Amino acid sequence: MSFASFGDFLAMGHHGLYVWSAYGICVAVLVLNVAMPLLARRRYLQEEARRLRRENIQ
Amino acid sequence: MKMSWTWFHKLGSPKWFYAISGRLLPWLAVAALVLLLVGITWGLAFAPQDYQQGNSFRIIYIHVPAAMLAQSCYVMLAVAGVVGLVWKMKLADVALQCAAPIGAWMTAVALVTGAIWGKPTWGSWWVWDARLTSMLILLFLYFGIIALGQAISNRDSAAKACAVLAIVGVVNIPIIKYSVEWWNTLHQGATFTLTEKPAMPAEMWLPLLCTALGFYCFFGAVLLMRMRLEVLKREARASWVKDEVSNSLGRRAAP
Repeated sequence: MSFASFGDFLAMGHHGLYVWSAYGICVAVLVLNVAMPLLARRRYLQEEARRLRRENIQ
Repeated sequence: MKMSWTWFHKLGSPKWFYAISGRLLPWLAVAALVLLLVGITWGLAFAPQDYQQGNSFRIIYIHVPAAMLAQSCYVMLAVAGVVGLVWKMKLADVALQCAAPIGAWMTAVALVTGAIWGKPTWGSWWVWDARLTSMLILLFLYFGIIALGQAISNRDSAAKACAVLAIVGVVNIPIIKYSVEWWNTLHQGATFTLTEKPAMPAEMWLPLLCTALGFYCFFGAVLLMRMRLEVLKREARASWVKDEVSNSLGRRAAP
């Protein structure tokens, strides 16, 4: 551990705002990139389910 | 000598791709998660601070992997473009279209984290420096490919146009790479080279190696997720796709 306390870790030696905002933005983008294809797949399968049901009724 | 090309044709088969990628995906996802968690924790909490930059240098552990991936992804687009144009492989276009948005996101991450790192280090969020400008051009190239792919409604024409733009735009990659050597720049040189040992101590560059590998595994996993959905959509009439969709629906409907 290169920090004496958790407070020091958060402060990052006066660079806390820079380091944490950079990491925050990066993690948000990574999460978004996983969420988008997962949601798109779910949406597509739901559309297909609706289409199949319609075709079965007719 | 007769060479067997069956593996190449198999690779182009959407059904085969779907099966193989389904088996590969969980491994890539787990590897990405583990490498990123280890690398980021190590880099943020355990790596020693830089004697000049202090703790702001810890941004390197996301900035450099994002920038490396942004460039590798563009090279991949160009290779996919060549494969698509020369061998008319449909899967190459799927790969190109699905990878472009991920590459654009990575370029944006590299630019934003670079700006945030630049403020405490250079005293400015942005300078019109060769490295930064060529990375900005990379972002616009990605936007161009994405826009072109969506603007042309005929799939084959769109694939050709995007492939040509990807191949032409690849000249920007060596410009990014050598920009720090060709022009006077604020930006520091490469951290990793294949021929020399890194200038930093191992406890500083090992976490970087972790996050870099993690970003590549992440890219692989997200790319496969996107490509699998795109294949399902494009091959919607094939019987194996109908089976796959109804299987997924059945799994979802089951309690």
